[in-house]
Amino acid sequence: MPSLLITGADLLGRGAADVLVEDGVITEVGSIRSARGADVLDADGLVALPGLVDLHTHLREPGREDAETIASGAAAAAVGGFTAVLAMANTDPVTDTAEAAERILDLGRTTGLVDVIPVGAVTKSLAGEELAELGLMHRSRARTTVFSDDGRCVHDARVMRRALEYVRAFGGVVSQHAQDPHLAGPQACAHEGELSGRLGLPGWPGVAEESVVARDVMLARHTGSRVHVAHVSTAGTVEVVRWAKAQGIAVTAEVTPHHLVLTTDLLAGYDPTFKVNPPLRPQEDVDALRAALADGTIDAVATDHAPHARQDKEHAFVDAAFGMLGLETALAVVSDVMVGSGLLDWAGVARVMSQAPARIAGLGTHGGALEVGDAAHITLVDPTAELTVDRGASLSLSRNNPWHGRMLRGAVHATVFGGRVTAQKGALA
Amino acid sequence: MTTPVATPTAPGAAGSAAPSRTVLSASDVSRALRRVAHEILEHNKGGADLVVLGIPSRGVALARRLAAVMESVEGRPVPVGALDVTMHRDDLRRQPTRSPMHTDIPEPGIDDKVVVLVDDVLYSGRTVRAALDALSDLGRPRAVRLAVLVDRGHRELPIRADHVGKNLPTASTERVSVRLLEHDGVEDQVTIAAGESR
Amino acid sequence: MSTSARPLAPPHRRVRRHLLSSADLDRSQVRAILDTAAEMHGVQQREVKKLPTLRGRTVVNLFFEDSTRTRSSFEIAGKWLSADVINISGKGSSTSKGESLRDTVMTVAAMGVDALVVRHHASGAAHQVSQWVDAHVVNAGDGTHEHPTQALLDAYTMERRLGDLEGRHVVIVGDLTHSRVVRSNLITLRTLGARVTLVAPPTLMPSGIGAWSQADGFDLSHDLDAVLPTADAVMMLRVQRERMSGGFFPTPREYTVGYGLTRPRLDALMAANADAVICHPGPMNRGLEISPDAADAASSLVLDQVSAGVAVRMSVLYHLLAGNDEGEDS
Repeated sequence: MPSLLITGADLLGRGAADVLVEDGVITEVGSIRSARGADVLDADGLVALPGLVDLHTHLREPGREDAETIASGAAAAAVGGFTAVLAMANTDPVTDTAEAAERILDLGRTTGLVDVIPVGAVTKSLAGEELAELGLMHRSRARTTVFSDDGRCVHDARVMRRALEYVRAFGGVVSQHAQDPHLAGPQACAHEGELSGRLGLPGWPGVAEESVVARDVMLARHTGSRVHVAHVSTAGTVEVVRWAKAQGIAVTAEVTPHHLVLTTDLLAGYDPTFKVNPPLRPQEDVDALRAALADGTIDAVATDHAPHARQDKEHAFVDAAFGMLGLETALAVVSDVMVGSGLLDWAGVARVMSQAPARIAGLGTHGGALEVGDAAHITLVDPTAELTVDRGASLSLSRNNPWHGRMLRGAVHATVFGGRVTAQKGALA
Repeated sequence: MTTPVATPTAPGAAGSAAPSRTVLSASDVSRALRRVAHEILEHNKGGADLVVLGIPSRGVALARRLAAVMESVEGRPVPVGALDVTMHRDDLRRQPTRSPMHTDIPEPGIDDKVVVLVDDVLYSGRTVRAALDALSDLGRPRAVRLAVLVDRGHRELPIRADHVGKNLPTASTERVSVRLLEHDGVEDQVTIAAGESR
Repeated sequence: MSTSARPLAPPHRRVRRHLLSSADLDRSQVRAILDTAAEMHGVQQREVKKLPTLRGRTVVNLFFEDSTRTRSSFEIAGKWLSADVINISGKGSSTSKGESLRDTVMTVAAMGVDALVVRHHASGAAHQVSQWVDAHVVNAGDGTHEHPTQALLDAYTMERRLGDLEGRHVVIVGDLTHSRVVRSNLITLRTLGARVTLVAPPTLMPSGIGAWSQADGFDLSHDLDAVLPTADAVMMLRVQRERMSGGFFPTPREYTVGYGLTRPRLDALMAANADAVICHPGPMNRGLEISPDAADAASSLVLDQVSAGVAVRMSVLYHLLAGNDEGEDS
């Protein structure tokens, strides 16, 4: 692999420098006159971030390869600036064994585009009853560290307690999809409020999330374990997490790009593109989530990229599948809404989209600070580019893109994975 | 009783820009109607079995006037009512939906009666065709006769009026407009104006 | 418009392409539909009930949920206007078969239909369908959202007994959360200027109803006895016994005591206002939300509602289908 010289990039917003990459590692940072034989990537005016890490991706393989494959999802991730993605366990079959986890790891490796890290199921078949083989998954080549029944909540308090206790032995973490199934059942699909009342859509109240998060932080305190809250969607959850962190409880939290921008009023047209779980919330929640991400209460942005085949979305709203695409637009959304508003600087973006998620998932080679010796996972961002999202241009196999037609300021210019340019300007390199 | 109902904008409605000339004044209208009423009675050999049905909206007002004249001549009331033809028109799809107007068939119905249909202007004949259809859904008259205030020609169907207040040769591009006091709130008049071909 | 001095009835804005929500109709349009319904009602009394108006047009009743009453009402309405009416049950189509709602609808629309009358168990389904097809779409009930023709026929029936509904007090009682009837009735009754009070236990009121009632100007109560004396019309909604298992109320007995139109309440209503009327969109749970005395009282409009259904649906089909599609919203 030829070495790579990136010139003039603003490194995490701390100032412009050149970066030399040799054999997949950053070997020199500073003012570099020339590097013999190196490919040169002119990054003048661009911001360099450590490669983005997504704690929460649905790649649909195995089981629904018509909606997404590991290969297509990895391509979308690369274009979106990611160098590592955690693939959720709710595939068919479920990732609840060491063999299943290794298979996903291996399929990811063959793409050569990003590290695909399997998330293990907490319970067998995501049924919420018996623990999956958490230890064997961790001992496998996949070194599974993050466990989640995402799509479903581990709602039985005793099962959740045991899972938290069990993974403590090897530093694992449970990523909880917080949804009390009695307060927000399977039909619940719209933020419970005036609009859901008017539209006649089954309500998904914020308290169904908040009550589970409150319980889980207490369980984390009781067990001395680490808990991660997936896709925080309400101001109430933010308050609980903020309180728990102040108590010294080992809790981390993520927010999706869509919950940072999109609001429940988009449901007025009954377009299932906007059907997602947890549901889009009112502006007050959106504002609280932005503030919490800025002040560190929420640690990370995670996409919850959820591709769905067209026929699974073209149903009546309550019958349609939950979820929306996110990998390709995440950085642009965060740039537009967090950097554009001054809530985060680029060092902050590096923190919430790379460093914190890498730390939570225990990914040692990701989430550095672009220093000598770091693995060369680098995302170059054009902070002034203004792009209008076109769902047709996506590398995902699916088209359930809620950002279609929106103009976002800030775009991924290129992605470097292990020293190799994997994507440039919306296409694979 | 029917109450006068608003019509959609009539061709050549007051306020249109085209200059118009009056072809029938209020006294002309009055004379014409009196003559038509006498003709009907003469033809029917009196008022027996007559039912006068106006086609909304101005035909209803004309029907009432004719019936009033006949009553004054005959010394007994002549049944008068309204027959809306909207639901039977063959040109519904050529224009925006309009609300049907009230149909009011006076006791004792139309079976075996001599129904006199009354309209303000006879033009293509399509309204009368629709009226004949509407009538056949309501019963079986012994005979149907047609009385109009103005016959302006340009028939598109084999239909003719039995009683005509005024034959008015027109170009098809011209617009004939009828104003009646009880319907339009202005003095009776029939005017003709140059207009776009419809 | 004519510039004559005589006061004219205001012309109504054209009814739009679809009838998806009661909010699609402004007051003049509701008026036009109800007035035409009155004419249609007259036609129903004749020996020859059939009008040639929609000859050659095809109306498809696309029902994803059983409702014999609504389907036959639309079917008769279409047939009396000489439309060809076809009933298609969409019940078998579901995610499990791999066919999407859109696939089902597009297949039907491809046959060349002029109007789709859609009934679906999911809120918003008719709205979604209208975005996929060229045909006119009538919402015949979507989930717990709306049922606009039911609201029109309720208004029609009430008007025939009460006259103009402006300023009249209509009390709607029952399972508001799961009722599409109440959402449409709220809109149509408010459009006609009626005062509306919704009565239910808090567990059967839709979420956010407080803000909603303030925004749209209607009243809420948990005390039926307090509002009955001022009612001109009381509309009792069906309460499904299954709701008990959802914990919405403890027992049918307790519901009836709190919110049923019982004999004593019927007497109190009649004592306060002998002209008050009682409606129920059906099917009734006699003995639960409505006592047999109330259901069969002289003041009950239950059967009038059914017979008005055909006239109102004839009127709706007429206003949507009879004219051309140009100049909409003019």
